[in-house]
Amino acid sequence: MQKVIPTTEYANEVRNEPIEHRFNPYSDNGGTILGIAGEDFAVLAGDTRQTTGYSINSRYEPKVFNVGDNLLLSANGFAGDANQLVKVFENKLKWYHFNHNKNLKTSSAARLIQHMLYGKRFFPYYVHTILAGLDDEGKGCIYSFDPVGSYEREQCRAGGAAASLIMPFLDNQVNFKNQMDPNSNGKKPKEIRYLKLEEVIQLVRDAFSSATERHIEVGDGLEILIVTKDGVRTEYYPLKRD
Amino acid sequence: MNHDPFHWGRPSTKTYGEYNYLISNASNVDRSVKSNSEFPKMHTQQPMITGTSVIAIKYKDGIIMAADHMGSYGSLMKLEDLKRIIQVGDDAVVGISGDISDFQYLERLLDDLQIEDAYDMDQEHLKANHLSEYLTRVMYNRRTKMNPLWNAIIVAGFDDKDEPYLKHIDLLGVSYTSPTLATGFGNHLAIPLLRKKVETEDDVKKLSKEDAIQTIKDCMKVLFYRDARSWNKYSLCVIEKSTKSISLEHEVQVENMKWDFAQHITGYGVPQL
Repeated sequence: MQKVIPTTEYANEVRNEPIEHRFNPYSDNGGTILGIAGEDFAVLAGDTRQTTGYSINSRYEPKVFNVGDNLLLSANGFAGDANQLVKVFENKLKWYHFNHNKNLKTSSAARLIQHMLYGKRFFPYYVHTILAGLDDEGKGCIYSFDPVGSYEREQCRAGGAAASLIMPFLDNQVNFKNQMDPNSNGKKPKEIRYLKLEEVIQLVRDAFSSATERHIEVGDGLEILIVTKDGVRTEYYPLKRD
Repeated sequence: MNHDPFHWGRPSTKTYGEYNYLISNASNVDRSVKSNSEFPKMHTQQPMITGTSVIAIKYKDGIIMAADHMGSYGSLMKLEDLKRIIQVGDDAVVGISGDISDFQYLERLLDDLQIEDAYDMDQEHLKANHLSEYLTRVMYNRRTKMNPLWNAIIVAGFDDKDEPYLKHIDLLGVSYTSPTLATGFGNHLAIPLLRKKVETEDDVKKLSKEDAIQTIKDCMKVLFYRDARSWNKYSLCVIEKSTKSISLEHEVQVENMKWDFAQHITGYGVPQL
């Protein structure tokens, strides 16, 4: 008697050629980062959870770094590449000091990062990178990069797993997109202004607690690094751990 | 056409002249180096003999770590006396799961590192944080060459400030730390049990050594029950800050197992009652 094999939608698959397994050098370690520039400060924040798939690797693995020279750097995506990028940057910065005996400007750091990323154009660092610092006039500035080095200076930028959740909120609350001047009867857009540090911190905390609710790879803790002319300060706030 | 097994399908040299291997990078073997083998260079694409989980937990005075003694070849129990936790220097131990040949290669790297460190020095300098940084770089470099060392590693010991230090490194060069760490199957089975004991860094300060050892022993039992590629003999490592000691005990047996339910199991090839 012939055995009856139950046919499922999977059992119908017939493969004649052998399956080729290839080593995948990338993984996604979740997490989200967010940078906002103010008049005389810039903040760069990131959650402290690190994941692979559905597993939480760690509840506290910081990914925003104070790399010196009043620069904050964070790369979000594949953690192996992210740490490598930050390490290589720190090393290049050290050699810049040896060679030139002066601090690296934020704009120069941004250009350096572009070259580091584009240098690996055909085997990219799988990361969304954000650099925060102060510009020549002492105003806060944020530079954001795509994985292969395309970059621009912005007022604010979210990166990583929940970037698509946070970015529209930032557009509305930092750049006042879709907001009208209350006295203009909906005729004039609300005029943009610099936010105060307290407002920015509150925005960042709201953005992250909301992202934690909606994204499984975001949570556990929020670390905010604040850069001013007086140096870098770190604040930590717990997030939901579920 | 050339019918030599190593050149099969290539245009024959007699008719078309010497084949140019530089065209489209046709071979990944560097032709400028005269190698003995004409066979393409091969990389580890899957692990062969493997070791299963390594688990570790922090407690108020240090770290407990464990890994069993088995090396499996698929479902075959190939090795039953394989010690996968090794001491490196005076201040660190390394527990390695995954491919055993790669483990032995790492063992040699770490040996070389120790010789280098001890040479011309009056004392050891190799601390756990240096070791984990080194291993992370080795793993990341190999993954970048698309030739990974197929392992997951847990480094435990004392850092350069003599504080307990714990780190997990995988084959992609991703590293992280946490009060509880596990590799492989332990990530699914042991981590929830370990995190029940230490949810936060504050819980670490409340966990006693005895309690931590018992938790690790329980986890090794659960892993032996449920991980088909695990064994009931394991290495147990106790790292203690107050005495600044690292003790590594082998041949520890899984204790207090309950198998009386087994007599009620039918099917699975056992004759039906």
